[in-house]
Amino acid sequence: MLLRHTPKEITERSALMINPAKTCQPIGAMYASLGIQGCLPHSHGSQGCCAYHRSTLTRHYKEPISAATSSFTEGASVFGGQANLLQAIDNIFTVYEPEVIAVHTTCLSETIGDDLPQIFDKAKKEKKVPEGKTLIGAPTPSYVGSHVTGFSNMVKAMAALAEPSGKKNGKINIIPGWVEPSDMEEIKKLSATIGVNINMFPDTSGVLNGPLTGEYKMFPDAGAKIADIKDSGKAIGTLALGEWCSADAARLLDTKCKVPCSILDMPFGLKATDRFVDALRTVAGVTVPEEIMIERGKLVDMISDMHQYFYGKKVALVGDPDQVIAMTEFLVSIDMCPIHIVTGTPGKKFEERIHEITAPMGRKVNVRAKGDMFLLHQWIKNEAVDLIIGNTYCKYIARDEDLPYVRWGFPILDRQGHQHFPTVGYKGGLRLLEQILGVLLDRKDRDDPESKFELVL
Amino acid sequence: MAKAQKLVQWEPHNIKEQLLEKYPPKVARKRAQQIMINEAQGNTTPEIVANVRTIPGIITMRGCTYAGCKGVIMGPTSDIVNLVHGPIGCSFYAWLTRRNQTDAINDTNANFITYCMSTDMQDSDIIFGGEKKLAAAVQEAYDLFHPKAIAIFATCPVGLIGDDIHAVAKKMKEHFGDCNVFAFSCEGYKGVSQSAGHHIANNQVFTHVVGKSETEKTDKYKINLLGEYNIGGDGFEIDRILEKCGIKNISTFSGNATYDKFASANQADLSCVMCHRSINYVADMLETKYGIPWIKVNFIGAEATAKSLRKIATYFGDQELIDKVEAVIAEEMPDVLAVQEQVYPRTKGKTAMLFVGGSRAHHYQELFNEMGMKTLSAGYEFGHRDDYEGRHVIPNLKVDADSRNIEEIEVEPDPLLYKPRKTEAELAELAKGGVTFKDYEGLNPDMEKGSLIIDDLNQYEAEKLVEIMKPDLFCAGIKEKYSIQKLGVPMKQLHSYDSGGPYAGFKGAINFYREIDRLVNSRVWSYMKAPWQENPELSATYVWE
Repeated sequence: MLLRHTPKEITERSALMINPAKTCQPIGAMYASLGIQGCLPHSHGSQGCCAYHRSTLTRHYKEPISAATSSFTEGASVFGGQANLLQAIDNIFTVYEPEVIAVHTTCLSETIGDDLPQIFDKAKKEKKVPEGKTLIGAPTPSYVGSHVTGFSNMVKAMAALAEPSGKKNGKINIIPGWVEPSDMEEIKKLSATIGVNINMFPDTSGVLNGPLTGEYKMFPDAGAKIADIKDSGKAIGTLALGEWCSADAARLLDTKCKVPCSILDMPFGLKATDRFVDALRTVAGVTVPEEIMIERGKLVDMISDMHQYFYGKKVALVGDPDQVIAMTEFLVSIDMCPIHIVTGTPGKKFEERIHEITAPMGRKVNVRAKGDMFLLHQWIKNEAVDLIIGNTYCKYIARDEDLPYVRWGFPILDRQGHQHFPTVGYKGGLRLLEQILGVLLDRKDRDDPESKFELVL
Repeated sequence: MAKAQKLVQWEPHNIKEQLLEKYPPKVARKRAQQIMINEAQGNTTPEIVANVRTIPGIITMRGCTYAGCKGVIMGPTSDIVNLVHGPIGCSFYAWLTRRNQTDAINDTNANFITYCMSTDMQDSDIIFGGEKKLAAAVQEAYDLFHPKAIAIFATCPVGLIGDDIHAVAKKMKEHFGDCNVFAFSCEGYKGVSQSAGHHIANNQVFTHVVGKSETEKTDKYKINLLGEYNIGGDGFEIDRILEKCGIKNISTFSGNATYDKFASANQADLSCVMCHRSINYVADMLETKYGIPWIKVNFIGAEATAKSLRKIATYFGDQELIDKVEAVIAEEMPDVLAVQEQVYPRTKGKTAMLFVGGSRAHHYQELFNEMGMKTLSAGYEFGHRDDYEGRHVIPNLKVDADSRNIEEIEVEPDPLLYKPRKTEAELAELAKGGVTFKDYEGLNPDMEKGSLIIDDLNQYEAEKLVEIMKPDLFCAGIKEKYSIQKLGVPMKQLHSYDSGGPYAGFKGAINFYREIDRLVNSRVWSYMKAPWQENPELSATYVWE
């Protein structure tokens, strides 16, 4: 037993976090920054943060993750990090020639109180920022919120670039939230099929699921262009996917540039995708084409074909709030019962939303917004489930409790493909169903006695 | 599939110039001192600048002091609760990511490796101080797990706000009575690399744990293995071989380590140092305080393994052991040589670059030599000058402000436990016979004249080197993996071994030969260009006509 010390009996803990379901802000900011074309993320703090974030993102996306650091040592920690950041900005523009440097802070630079806007001003005054190049910055102290908060803060910093204008560009902004590059690609495809002209940021598709050609480009020809991000102030509306990841940026566009916004759930599963498509159709004033109806119909068809295997099956679920809310709804919609749910990212609305979504199941659901995976495991020990869905760390629980397990969320360190195959939209729904059914029936095939082993299940 | 034999011979000064040309002058000046053209033959070894700060904005391969302390040294300890005091991230990133394997033997033994514990500091803790929360977390960990020991690690903000983690540790230790609690001031901003963290970890383990065991180790040939982290199971393979020879490794620092193994390290009769960088000072302290001599060993490479085993046997000096070691080598080598023979024609003449840690970039060259592969360029991510130039430079090392911040502990012979294992005369006799004590010659003498030795290589230089010299293989860490592979050159992680291992010892050598054969000869590297890109000038014809 790999988690042999996890007791069934649950005691409240006030200070000790064990096996967290979250990590810290800067990694989210780094991921978001990579969704801007020609952008080098920069971590303002000591070099370990940057190394850890790059390592984790690399292990998840299996792609090069370039990012620089201010390399604080004790001196900078005492006297402030301004000199380090100025030197870094100069070196980065000289050596790597990015279009944008996206700086995020760390708990170190936040604690000593470094002021990014002031340092940026100084860098510009000292001509360390070449003509036409951009600096953006986001505060991402690691002791507030989680990686999701950091993502949201950097996306908000992008939205802050938007320029107000009386002239509209006829586009709809889509802020996709922390989803895979493949998901961002799918959102773009879905919008194109519906015939809506969108402007999406951040966009990591093509950046973090690029080709292998024998050439390395630190800045691939992909990602959201700075010009388009600036142009987002002229859009006719913004669809923000996910309250935790995207709402702040969308609201900023609303208050700053008077671009109205609608905050939707991330389009995982049938219903959330329906709402996304409906919102796109309404804002853009188009009719949903037959092609999309067929895609949707295929998902409904698969739900009906698979329904017999899912009905009443109990699920434990862990992940980031936006994703988990949509996934919970999807599971309920296919007649499964998500009964143990944690996220590490704090936020009051999470537990409420989960209770609302799971209310039709008519049974008690364990849910904790500031939970950890130690607690999730204890809940499972107290009431067993048929399936666990979550990031790679779930595999220890799955093995100990002998549970079918679907990898989904961040980080996935031990499998590949998630950067290429979407799980959002109707197509993504098909993939999720295939994965869930696969693990459930593999399990049945493994466990059934020989007399019960059948060719046709 | 083999690439055409390289005809271009590089001029090292020219390469160095190309690496530096894009830098701003200040950066170029600094980097120039860290890029050394090896002229090891003769007595003219030029100095390399190492263990100095990385340059802000230059994408470095390095990590931080916390990573060296918690991630590298204390991470592989199975029955010590490792509790990180700080915001959640630091603990999260060091959670099972180094592939150091553990065998807790049975379900009743403690194994906390799979648990990630943190005080998850919030902004209120930063403002009002986190000592109370830390004490509460230590109490909760004790109540839940009843461990033998709890280790506390400081992260950046903890040092800034001045939480006294050592006082909390002391108080809690006294409070429990049956649980050793100690702390590490390993804030990420200390020092210039992971190396500072190794130092902090080792000092505290030496101070708080070594010598505390009450069980007497009665084996005949007892050694400590220092600087071996059981990545991909290396330590398991080394232990298998040692055991087969009748040598007992009573304490590995720190692969598959337990509290009691650390605590009984003072009972060994010889310390064997694998990774010189991470731990040479522990070997020195064990000698000063307990009288245990140390030798440098290397279990990476079959020949190196055999040599190290012979060295150990010579030290103990018993013919029975010497014969046993020879018998084991004779038994193990045929399998190794059989695979080496298979692989050799496919790897011979290929070239590699190694930029790893602080010893691995040296050790792995043995394995590449065994495959007929040449190392074009190498360097350490967090080495010091002695790792490059040998221990004789240690007295001349400048102590700068960053090193001064790392605690040095003074040790003296232990009044009760100090016991010289060999007399001065015996040691001198052994030295005459070729067993060199307290010595490491470093990387430089083993590399060819004119090869490039580069300290703290960064992403820009790595790419440039690969573009100019087109090696058949590049070895570094996970952060470097995919930027190198995008260039069409296979990349082998030598920190955490990708998915492979063990690579130590005899079986490890076999694994490594096969792994490298796969990497440099995989068909995938020939797919970079589509067929129509090979001859773009061809004019179109209707082949169907």
